[in-house]
Amino acid sequence: MNNKLYDKLIFELSRQGRRGYSLPDRHFPDAIASLPDALLRKSDIGLPQADELTVVRHYTNMSTNNFGVDTGFYPLGSCTMKYNPKINEEMASDPVIASLHPDTPVRYCQGALAIYHSLAEALAEIGGMAEFTLNPYAGAHGELTGLMLCRAWHDSRGDRRRTKVIIPDSAHGTNPASAAVAGLQVVPVRSLPDGTVDVEALAPLLDDTVAAMMMTNPNTLGIFERQIPEIARMVHDAGALLYYDGANLNPMLGIARPGDMGFDIMHINLHKTFSTPHGGGGPGSGPVGVRKGLEHLLPNPRVIKKTDGTYDIISSPDAMGRVSSTLGNFAVVVRALSYILSLGADGLMEAGGLATLNANYIKESLRDLYELPVDTVCKHEFVFDGLKDKSTGVTTLNVAKRLLDYGFHAPTIYFPLLFHESLMIEPTETESLDTIDSFISAMRDIALEAASDPEMVKSAPHTTPVRRPDDTDAALHPRLTFDEL
Amino acid sequence: MKTYFTPTHEYLTVDADGNGLIGITDYAQKALGNVVYVDMPEVGDEFSEGDDFGAIESVKAASDLIIPASGEVIEVNSALEDNPRLINEDAMANWIIKIRLTDPAELDSLMDFDVYMNYLASDPH
Amino acid sequence: MSHRYFPHTEEDKRVMLEKCGVDSIDELFADIPAQLRLSRPYALGKPMSEVEVRAFFRSLTDSCSRLACFAGNGHYDRYAPAVIPHILSRSEFLTSYTPYQPEISQGTLQYIFEYQTMMARLTGMEISNASLYDGATATAEAMFLAAANSRKRQRVAYSATLSDAVKETIRTYARYHGTDIVEIPEADGVTSVDALTSLLSDGNIGGVILPQPNRHGIVEDFTGLAEMIHGAGALLIINSIAIDLATLRSPGEWGADIAVGDAQSLGIPLSFGGPYLGYIAASKSLMRKLPGRIVGATADASGQRTFVLTLQAREQHIRREKATSNICSNQGLMALYVTIYMSLMGDDGLRQANSLGAAGAHWLARELELTGKMRLTYPGRPFLNEFEMTTSVDAGEIIDALAGAGILAGVATAPDRLLIAVTEMRTPEELNRYVETVKALQS
Repeated sequence: MNNKLYDKLIFELSRQGRRGYSLPDRHFPDAIASLPDALLRKSDIGLPQADELTVVRHYTNMSTNNFGVDTGFYPLGSCTMKYNPKINEEMASDPVIASLHPDTPVRYCQGALAIYHSLAEALAEIGGMAEFTLNPYAGAHGELTGLMLCRAWHDSRGDRRRTKVIIPDSAHGTNPASAAVAGLQVVPVRSLPDGTVDVEALAPLLDDTVAAMMMTNPNTLGIFERQIPEIARMVHDAGALLYYDGANLNPMLGIARPGDMGFDIMHINLHKTFSTPHGGGGPGSGPVGVRKGLEHLLPNPRVIKKTDGTYDIISSPDAMGRVSSTLGNFAVVVRALSYILSLGADGLMEAGGLATLNANYIKESLRDLYELPVDTVCKHEFVFDGLKDKSTGVTTLNVAKRLLDYGFHAPTIYFPLLFHESLMIEPTETESLDTIDSFISAMRDIALEAASDPEMVKSAPHTTPVRRPDDTDAALHPRLTFDEL
Repeated sequence: MKTYFTPTHEYLTVDADGNGLIGITDYAQKALGNVVYVDMPEVGDEFSEGDDFGAIESVKAASDLIIPASGEVIEVNSALEDNPRLINEDAMANWIIKIRLTDPAELDSLMDFDVYMNYLASDPH
Repeated sequence: MSHRYFPHTEEDKRVMLEKCGVDSIDELFADIPAQLRLSRPYALGKPMSEVEVRAFFRSLTDSCSRLACFAGNGHYDRYAPAVIPHILSRSEFLTSYTPYQPEISQGTLQYIFEYQTMMARLTGMEISNASLYDGATATAEAMFLAAANSRKRQRVAYSATLSDAVKETIRTYARYHGTDIVEIPEADGVTSVDALTSLLSDGNIGGVILPQPNRHGIVEDFTGLAEMIHGAGALLIINSIAIDLATLRSPGEWGADIAVGDAQSLGIPLSFGGPYLGYIAASKSLMRKLPGRIVGATADASGQRTFVLTLQAREQHIRREKATSNICSNQGLMALYVTIYMSLMGDDGLRQANSLGAAGAHWLARELELTGKMRLTYPGRPFLNEFEMTTSVDAGEIIDALAGAGILAGVATAPDRLLIAVTEMRTPEELNRYVETVKALQS
């Protein structure tokens, strides 16, 4: 990371008469002039005019204002920021794959369908599910697809009263938002002080208007929901389905499978558990798996393997419908398969345990200085409720911003909503003891600074390319394009 | 002019003409922080007690506005469009909408000032 | 020996376990009921070396045919400047998280701001968000926006001339969400204006979704429609193929309130379906109802121009079930892709690419008609670089015959229909080969 901000915008580098493209000459007669004038664009677009090197330098310099996994450690709870292996990138940029059209007839793209199907099968084995679709483009899109599929199942049985979904009050905001888009009404269920679902509070909520219950396991506090067999039984007895939000699947690698816990539908974030890069916010991929008996409802189009060993793409009127233009973010699928092949069964069996070891080690190394509201063995992540010493006035936000000065990304903060000063830490299995020790040391230094020089911590960060931005001004006077500056 | 309060921190002041001026309480504006936007209904919209009539946003939070009593919107406070922070400056003076009350008897179920103050003191909201 | 992605030595593990007060990693999972524990290794095979991973993928990609692509149907083989993959592979862009920490994410925030500006200008709209998944889901989001925009008019009309993938997606979203939608029928290859007029007169339409170009490749004439749709109190939503807007009248020029579509055509590799990029741009009055991320400009504590995620009160992490959408990402890296693409191409590059594609398409359409094996389904209707032929031979047979000549002939949209696209990537030799192969077909 460069501490000096590169602050130009490409529009400010534009000069009339420069160009950065090369195209062949036209061999056939012009056709645009023959189009009716009313159908043609009249105004210039106003795109930049820049030569190739200006563009290359501009975006290269811009990149130095960014932090990434290759730059440093992200202790980012709920986000599973693991290393993004380079072989995955090489496989995804294969020129054959890059040039393959999504409407290629199946006989000309058997290899690509084999890649799709191989990943779907591997995810089914890891999730304990019968079949996966890889069509959803992101985790939230997977949630939406899974919840729609759940409604399709009830509809297919003529059960149209089921319009509610039960979601723990500790859940991420995406869960209720996805439920609302799927036309489901959200019924929150209370958590116990340790963040696990209150089974006694759940029982009276389960009636014949409930379509599904949606959970993560381990939950947002990194605690395994031990009552899951009981919860699954209750949900199924009520005629509803149990949905697994795969946000926290990583610690379960090699340990336990959602299908074996009683979940009927699940989604996986390939950009979390299966190492595909976050790309500054996307593209991700959110495959959805279902247990036996629900496969026919998976979205169109669906990739199947035929008895002769070849692959086909089918669409069925019985399916839940279509949620995407194509078979999903295929280049992300390639990366995830490359990761699974590289790790193999042996590596995948080890990953969840190492991630969990890293998390517990950090927790035990900082608990004397940071408030640990739930004192138990955690899985891949855990939550502190701010600094133990609250007298300094240094908040979780201040600690997070000060960490940037130490060269670390901030943890997830103010989530879950169960505590006032939530600071949620998730290291992954790819972080070394050396990295983790230097993070612990930074966190300890910050706790000391909070006591010795609280104002300095409160005004952090000090060494980043920009200081704290004025969010209120941005929202009060929205300037969303260069033309509004 | 009498003012009534809701558990969700809206107030309704009955003005000289018997109309209701509705806004959020000082407690609510403090909890929300710097207000950056108020989503207001249109004049002529009708609401029943308990309906959402809009939303109020700060940078990191948003809250639905719940109507304390049924009525038809006869005026919106357009000054808030340009300067939503008026609510932070004086929440009680800067009402959000004015309604013609359709059933003034509904006001009886709301809290008065003293009850609301006790409510704030007694409950972790 | 551990795997190369796991840095833990035996000594590291010992130190860490001791700190945790346990004797083994397994003990950290003692709280999981025994019957839930995985009792066998995954049935997934041994770890592969890089040599083996490369060989695995090569064996599969070798079995895919490399065909000169005349298929379109919303996704096109376009020129991709060599610069772009090099910049995208910079780890500061590739491996970064969502820019929630603006102090260390100005790179991402800056290019999204540039993207928003370019996309607003390309569509002729005032503002754009930071991108959505793809053109189909972007259209579904616009449908929700229109349905929620007016308390009185919650029905959304969409043209039958939208592509099948878009129609099927919005029907799925509407079915589960409970959105009231109605299809405007097609007449002679274009949206039936008579049918639209009568739907609008019912008074409950809050939005109208029209395609440009449409599923047959036809450029529809929307003259007078914006006035009519606005007069009925509805929003006009136009779904376009992004690159075409450099040449065709833009949604803004037609008077649209929302512009949506797929931006894959801005040089993004086909990659068998993705990642692509959905765009949504709109009038500023709809700013607070837009789905997804939006970046805005502000200043930092030292007065430096700074970019931040803004208007977040619309989003799922704050509004939960009342959010404008459940989306919690954008196609970040693909937004960077098209931003660099547009920076390099400029207005002239985009127009020239369209001109090359259109010239080839019009030549090919005429030559194919002369073979007598196929004819334009809608002769006389204007098209840019994609057109639909009605074939006298089964379209599947044509595709197989041309595949034998190294050509992906198009997309068979029906047994006797072939949708054919020509871009700047297709050479005169390939176009000639296409025609010669069709000539040689047995009727």
